[in-house]
Amino acid sequence: MTGFPEIILAAILATDLILVSASRLLHCIRIVAIQGFLLGILPLVLWQWDESLPHAELLVVSAVNIAVKCFLLPYLLRRTMHSANVKRELEPLVGYSISLLILLCGMVCAFIFGSNLPVTNFSVSPLVSPVAFTTMGAGILMIVGRRKAITQVIGFLVFENGIGIFGAGMMLQYGLIVELGILLDVFVLVFIMGIAVFRISREFDHIDSDRLNRLGDFPAEVTPRTGDDK
Amino acid sequence: MSQSQSVWIICFLLSLVLCPLFPAVINRTKAFFAGRHGPRYLQVYYDIFKLLRKGSVYSRTATDVLRLAPMAVLGALLTAALLFPFGMTESPLAFCGDFILFFYLLGLARVMLVLGALDTGSSFEGMGSSREMQFSAFAEAVIFCILAFLVLLTGRLHLTGVLNGFDVGAWIVSGTSMLFVAGAFFLVMLTEACRVPFDDPETHLELTMIHEAMILDYGGPDLGIILYSSYLKLWMLASFFVMLVLPVSSGDILSNVLAYFSGMMLTAVGIGVLESIMARFRFLKIPQLLIGAFCIALAGIILMLVFDGGVQ
Repeated sequence: MTGFPEIILAAILATDLILVSASRLLHCIRIVAIQGFLLGILPLVLWQWDESLPHAELLVVSAVNIAVKCFLLPYLLRRTMHSANVKRELEPLVGYSISLLILLCGMVCAFIFGSNLPVTNFSVSPLVSPVAFTTMGAGILMIVGRRKAITQVIGFLVFENGIGIFGAGMMLQYGLIVELGILLDVFVLVFIMGIAVFRISREFDHIDSDRLNRLGDFPAEVTPRTGDDK
Repeated sequence: MSQSQSVWIICFLLSLVLCPLFPAVINRTKAFFAGRHGPRYLQVYYDIFKLLRKGSVYSRTATDVLRLAPMAVLGALLTAALLFPFGMTESPLAFCGDFILFFYLLGLARVMLVLGALDTGSSFEGMGSSREMQFSAFAEAVIFCILAFLVLLTGRLHLTGVLNGFDVGAWIVSGTSMLFVAGAFFLVMLTEACRVPFDDPETHLELTMIHEAMILDYGGPDLGIILYSSYLKLWMLASFFVMLVLPVSSGDILSNVLAYFSGMMLTAVGIGVLESIMARFRFLKIPQLLIGAFCIALAGIILMLVFDGGVQ
């Protein structure tokens, strides 16, 4: 039976697919904001599922989630993007079509494993754990497969969204604590990374994190490139 | 002959007559968005008749494949149309597995067009052919994914059954996966019919053409036949889409047919709106989008399997 939770989870799945294949950073940030909003309203639609849940708690989780993940973090990311003067991910380590295919394999695995997990018995919908795992996978893919520091931050945000979905769908009684913990984590990390990205871009004219390998003890052979690809 | 079959014949003939109207509606919608008046609805017919009355000029380097191609394209598409359940009726020629024949007849039409284009030896036509074949290879994967979904949903193995075999209940029970599959088919339809996000049918720059680049060397009746064939193909794909998203099963044949034709009208307007608000994608972006369509079609199948185990 398709209810509201399923529709929202399927929409989150669609945003994962778009995120992994989008090259423009502004586009990515918008999609992440949409994903944050969907994640925010997820606890609200759980009301109809179980009347006995503490309403005030769910409302707080939902409001804080939407405020932080849909407005505050995208705003910070957009500001960082403008200050670091990056518009798009030019040469990803993993191409966009390949990323899509990898995410597809990940999705199939997530559905196979996720539907076999015993924890599914507590979940709101059979979709929760597969979608949560797929979202985490998309986040990890963005962290390892992209060069720019901002895209990696977005990937981290997506990863945290995946954990948030898992929390919202599985552990309803501890929902508030889990959510607040995740939010604090994300907020601090995005804050720090925003500063770091700004610093890196001011020092080095670009934010390609893989070129930081040069800072190691064993200097890697990195051919110097012209600085117009930031 | 049963009532259903005679209704199918009427719908079939109506489709053959009305299919040039589909792009005409798209053009009118685009003209409305651009603030123009747009050509008359019948202009498409006038154009085809004008072309049919002209003579043909053939390149001296081309062989007979160039002359054969238009008729082969039209023949393959008409044969495919015989299998299609226009107007939510039942095709009298339906048999098990006919959707494979249907989509490969569309493929045959494409191959004949490509061979004709390569036969001219023009480099622009070679480029167009190469692009067409590349994108259709991606589109085929999506199409068969969608067919697999429909077979799992309905448990039937022919085009008529697959498209008529589910009702509104399918949208209620597995609505999300239906939505995914319909979205994937919409993307494939636009690719196969060379509409805007994938190819611009009104472009005048050979470098950016796909379908138009392949028919540069045709003129007169041949061009008319090819244009008509492309309208027929668009009509069939749009019918597939309409029957996918509009599962009317009221039992009353007349209301089914009415719903079908109004659905086609709305689809044409929808495509027109989409073409007005979107620009054509870069070529590099198209395979990626088609892989995305493949992903969502597969996601639709998985969602359905997770929910209610498919075959009822």
